[in-house]
Amino acid sequence: MKHNLILKVVSKFLIPLIFLFALYVQFHGDFGPGGGFQAGVIFSAGIILYALVFGVDSAKKVIPLHILRVLASLGVLIYAGTGVASLLLGGNYLEYGVLASTQLAGQHIGIIVIELGVGITVMAVMLIMFFAFAERGRPIEDVEDKEGSQ
Amino acid sequence: MDLIIGHYNYWLVIIIMMAGFYTVISRGNLVKKIAGLNIFQVSVFMLYISIGNVKDGAVPIIEKGVTLYSNPLPHVLILTAIVVGVATTALGLALVVRIKEAYGTIEEDEIHNQDHSL
Amino acid sequence: MIESHLSLLIVALPLLAAPIVAVLPNGRMPWAFSTLVSWAVFAMACLQLINVSTGNVISYELGGWAPPWGIEYRIDAANALVALIVAGIAAVTLPYALKSVEKEIPQQQHSLFYAAFMLCFTGLLGITLTGDIFNLFVFLEISSLSSYALISLGKQRQALTAAYQYLIMGTIGATFFIIGVGLLYAMTGTLNMVDLAQRLPELYEHRTIQTAFAFIMVGFALKLALFPLHLWLPNAYTYAPTVVTVFLAATATKVAVYVMLRVVFSVFGFTFIEDTPTDELFIILCIAGILMMSFYAIYQHDAKRLLAYSSVAQIGYMMIGIGLGSALGITATLVHLFNHALMKGALFMAIGAIVYQIGSSRIEDFSGLGKKMPWTFAAIVVGGLSLIGVPGTAGFISKWYLILAAIEQQHWLIVVVILLGSLLAVIYVWKLVEALYFKPATESSKTVSVQEAPLMLLIPTWLLVLANVYFGFNTELTVGTAETAIQLLLPGTNK
Repeated sequence: MKHNLILKVVSKFLIPLIFLFALYVQFHGDFGPGGGFQAGVIFSAGIILYALVFGVDSAKKVIPLHILRVLASLGVLIYAGTGVASLLLGGNYLEYGVLASTQLAGQHIGIIVIELGVGITVMAVMLIMFFAFAERGRPIEDVEDKEGSQ
Repeated sequence: MDLIIGHYNYWLVIIIMMAGFYTVISRGNLVKKIAGLNIFQVSVFMLYISIGNVKDGAVPIIEKGVTLYSNPLPHVLILTAIVVGVATTALGLALVVRIKEAYGTIEEDEIHNQDHSL
Repeated sequence: MIESHLSLLIVALPLLAAPIVAVLPNGRMPWAFSTLVSWAVFAMACLQLINVSTGNVISYELGGWAPPWGIEYRIDAANALVALIVAGIAAVTLPYALKSVEKEIPQQQHSLFYAAFMLCFTGLLGITLTGDIFNLFVFLEISSLSSYALISLGKQRQALTAAYQYLIMGTIGATFFIIGVGLLYAMTGTLNMVDLAQRLPELYEHRTIQTAFAFIMVGFALKLALFPLHLWLPNAYTYAPTVVTVFLAATATKVAVYVMLRVVFSVFGFTFIEDTPTDELFIILCIAGILMMSFYAIYQHDAKRLLAYSSVAQIGYMMIGIGLGSALGITATLVHLFNHALMKGALFMAIGAIVYQIGSSRIEDFSGLGKKMPWTFAAIVVGGLSLIGVPGTAGFISKWYLILAAIEQQHWLIVVVILLGSLLAVIYVWKLVEALYFKPATESSKTVSVQEAPLMLLIPTWLLVLANVYFGFNTELTVGTAETAIQLLLPGTNK
């Protein structure tokens, strides 16, 4: 991990772009291709890239595990909660039309909020999975050095 | 001839499906089994996406001057199935990691021997 | 307001509860919260069954999209009954879970354990209530994935391999199911069960439909552990934590049997099944399954494994009813589905109470415990009698209807097999009773200072035991609801 200057420089340049693209996919998902699943995976890919280049421990400082766990639950709650909100507003479960004054606006708000929930959960769950696997066994950064001695 | 070339995507589906299924059944290595399971599931994704294709249909995004679209529903269904597949793979591999820690091996017959020699 | 959204809230409440439970601090909070949720769901399931008990059908449009375009939740007497038993078992299992989970699962995993439990509960309820065949797949995977995780939490390392084996076989089953669904969608262009049932009859001769049917049948036969596709079940039930075994043994396979019933009778229609060799195949496999698995059960040394093999045999009884395809046969299937959940729930809970006290489920360690744990022992005796099918217990009612159905169609072989199966059940239940009561207590360190199980374990066990006796005398709920369900599943039969 000492002589990866190129990797570090390139990823510092790439990671913000990855996040930006993730947000684009997230919020463009209502009228174009995209949505929460894809955006969540892209967003988590940015953080995983950070973890691969700068080490898992420093990535965990950016997003600690307990926060990820809360985020994963929060996303599901946003999704299910939107359903409950539409129930309370007099519609059926997940009937977005009642969320705003007009049907179209309601559908719009509904899908944006739902996809946000999906995006948060997918992002958090992908990272939890990555960290869970990365934690087990040898630390990733030492692989090259140890293989010679085995 | 048309049966083979005209339906080439379905033939591919069948070949991939059987390759994956055979891997799951025949391999003793637990990771290879998961890989086989993934290949098996991918064939189903291909099957659904083939179903959704409409001849000469455009990408299902509303655009001016386009009247014929492909069917987007199978894509949505398969998006769900892909997520399920990711979850299954993650859980399966996590179990393999735990099995490796508990038994020291990921070969099915060695695990079997350990359980029955006790 | 709750009234009109009842069918949805039953599924949505545990779904909402799962993420909340996951972030609650470890301790008793997650347990208390899930227990309350399960009681609320049970109450709603009761209300719902009352709503549909007259034979009407409730349709709930998810998101306000009308079927067949939107996802529809369709509740009739059949699935209201299954939802009731799933919710009922959860409502009884969760109070039992407190002590048992504290002993078997590490403290720091408690909130995640209950979250997974809630997800599994959501999945099973979703499968029963949905009217959309792809939605059914999604709920199937929710319940399966969480149950793989729950099984792997068992104390012994074999729990990991059992969960892995179940994961592989369960995923193959579920994938077969979506292949079948995909082929159905390709032919009909719909995923709604009612819509499918209307469009399928004209396509009966089509080979794609027959292939789809074969895929769906094999897929679900794997899920419900129909002999000889049961290989995942004994290990999974033996090594899972007690609470998980109780819950899965009483609900998971039952829900799969219900799906089989729904697919065979509501989606394809029995006329289609009769043209294929499926019904004969079911009966042959069930007969082989009942006899072989009962024999297997007799030779087991582990009480949980013994009951697991007995479960595979009992699934044979349920599937025979589907194979017969008559009104009486379906009644027997639905009633046995309900009753078997009660008896296996009670038996696994009682065994779980012994495991709680001595830390082992091997039958040889049980000697002499009957006198030290009289209430647990009595629960095993009554549960065992119900499993055998002694008059006065719930097991008798379902076997009685099954025998009537077999006699009606003059399938004498089935009658003989059912009686033989009951005799074999006498032997394996006796094996438990003999070890518990008639063998002298060994002076091993494990059993010397054993006392009766704590009340928190005994009360749920006895609730299920008493339910076994109650439904052995009062058949209004089980048989009555099943007969209402038949009017919808087999239109044209007059009762």
